[in-house]
Amino acid sequence: MKRILSLIAALAIVFSFSTAGAVETLNGAGASFPYPVYSAWGYEYNKATGVRLNYQSIGSGGGVRQIVNRTVDFGASDAPLKPEKVEKENLIQFPAVIGGVVPVVNLPGTGPGDLRLTPGLLCRILLGEIKYWDDGDIKELNPALPLKRKKITVVRRSDGSGTTAIYTTYLSQVCSEWKEKVGAGKAVKWPVGIGGKGNEGVANYVKKVKYSIGYVEFAYAKQNRLSYVRLKNAAGNFVEPSFESFQDAAASGDFDPSKHFYLWLTNAPGKNAWPISGATFILLAREKKESNPKVVKFFDWAFRNGDEIAKRLVYVPLPAPLKEKIRRYWKSHGIY
Amino acid sequence: MPVLFKKNPVDIVFSVITAAASVSVLVFIVGILYVLFAESSAAIEKFGVVRFLTSTDWDPVRESFGAATSLYGTAVATAISLLIAIPVAIGIAVFITEIAPDFLKTPIGVAIELLAAIPSIIYGMWGLFTLAPIMADYIEPALQATLGRVPGLGILFEGTPMGIDLLTAGIILSIMIIPFTASISRDAFNLTPEVVKESAYALGATKWEVVKNVVIPYSKLGVFGGIVLSLGRALGETMAVAFVLGNNHQITSSILDAAATITVTLANEFTEADTDVYLASLFYLALILFVLSFVTLAVAKFFLLRAEQRTSR
Repeated sequence: MKRILSLIAALAIVFSFSTAGAVETLNGAGASFPYPVYSAWGYEYNKATGVRLNYQSIGSGGGVRQIVNRTVDFGASDAPLKPEKVEKENLIQFPAVIGGVVPVVNLPGTGPGDLRLTPGLLCRILLGEIKYWDDGDIKELNPALPLKRKKITVVRRSDGSGTTAIYTTYLSQVCSEWKEKVGAGKAVKWPVGIGGKGNEGVANYVKKVKYSIGYVEFAYAKQNRLSYVRLKNAAGNFVEPSFESFQDAAASGDFDPSKHFYLWLTNAPGKNAWPISGATFILLAREKKESNPKVVKFFDWAFRNGDEIAKRLVYVPLPAPLKEKIRRYWKSHGIY
Repeated sequence: MPVLFKKNPVDIVFSVITAAASVSVLVFIVGILYVLFAESSAAIEKFGVVRFLTSTDWDPVRESFGAATSLYGTAVATAISLLIAIPVAIGIAVFITEIAPDFLKTPIGVAIELLAAIPSIIYGMWGLFTLAPIMADYIEPALQATLGRVPGLGILFEGTPMGIDLLTAGIILSIMIIPFTASISRDAFNLTPEVVKESAYALGATKWEVVKNVVIPYSKLGVFGGIVLSLGRALGETMAVAFVLGNNHQITSSILDAAATITVTLANEFTEADTDVYLASLFYLALILFVLSFVTLAVAKFFLLRAEQRTSR
């Protein structure tokens, strides 16, 4: 009996602690791509305000399902939901941070940024129509490069991914044949190529397989110093992936609050814009009047104080005018 | 039952608790089956059974799904793993039970059981970073230069060796299932009565003859049960192969090509499956795997039970 009593006492103590220590927690779930930056923001935010962020990186698909089922305070998705879907599910949607995709190559004898490609050439390579690196059109664009008659190995993601969604959306936009034959999505039926799991899987292949071409998240290409491709953008300039070219894309993108910011940043019109970029989005449930202001407060804090943290982790912060737009959008929904 | 008749309250509570624990297993199985059914209903309705099983299409953009490519990959990877694992495992079991001196039996036995205790994700990482490069640089080119030249066999070894393919996946799977097959075979061999073996030796049989003519015939049901049990494990193994198979939905004649198994498809695509039909199709694949594993386990149990009955008679 004594033992049982002491057990009950112990339980009571544990319970009282857990209720007394119930710190305010924001529960979010979704995309894995922005997970590092959200958790770094969450850590600093906790230090500054005492509010804890609990973000589960279960993937964009899961993030959307969780917020639709109202099991979390906010969901996160790499792909924006269509405005109709946002309305139908009674959600609020806004971008949080910019990311992008970089085609990378393993071409012996060339360095990062040496190879130039037009959207059309990239598309034909990925469709399997251009099979060798010494193709006349590639040579014409890169007369100084030692391009040999070597077979091109296309490397792609084997898992479903927001990275693939941005990449294939871009390809569908610039290349009608791709749109017709393959289409855009987080996983598509690739005409050619081998699959690597995750950014690290693709990067591993591209490093290992000579004369290959793959695509990875910008942060991944930068941190691993992969040999990126210089792409011709919508304005006709050959650009390289950098904070500046991504921000230029974000600034020139027409994010429209009345469409819940639904926008693929691909093929952005900016003069120096990197053509394959995209924002990652946050989703809120409209009727959650209690948690929404808290989530918004967190992202407002992150917009004000989080740019350096984001850059350190090689994410591209939103440009200032876009942040203002988002704040007005919050206001219009009465949560700011 | 006799416990209940004594009407000792502690015993009654105790038996109710144990019974509840046992029933919970059944509840879980039925619950899982129900969830798989319910979640995959959209895909079952859209594609039906035969069309889903035979369609080689896997196109998330056009929402057209079929299980044939995943089933094919599962079958081939499992077949390769069994082809490698069975001889090795039976060799191990024979060595431990019949040949090894006593002081070696325990260390080898423990080592094999340790192999079974390694988490499968570790096999996956090892496969991707260590085995795959070795396969791509040495083993697969060598196979192409030798077996690949044999007429007829050549189509099995076509393509550029990348190390991420059915062969690598099969090898990793075989390493994973060897401990199971070996320890069940060892137990089956041990069931052979000493008297029978000693009689054979007394008649002048050599060790090889005893193993071939006495031990293996006597224990073949048990060994077979062990093999089917490992087959079940190979079918359901996920993390070890998710890294080294490329998740390429195609039916290929070459075992040096990337492919997809049911588990690899699930591991790679579940988190980002954003449309209802896509998700339902993945659940449908899971349901198929559930049924497959269930059947193999039932078959294994059947043989193992028969083996036990035979020895107890």
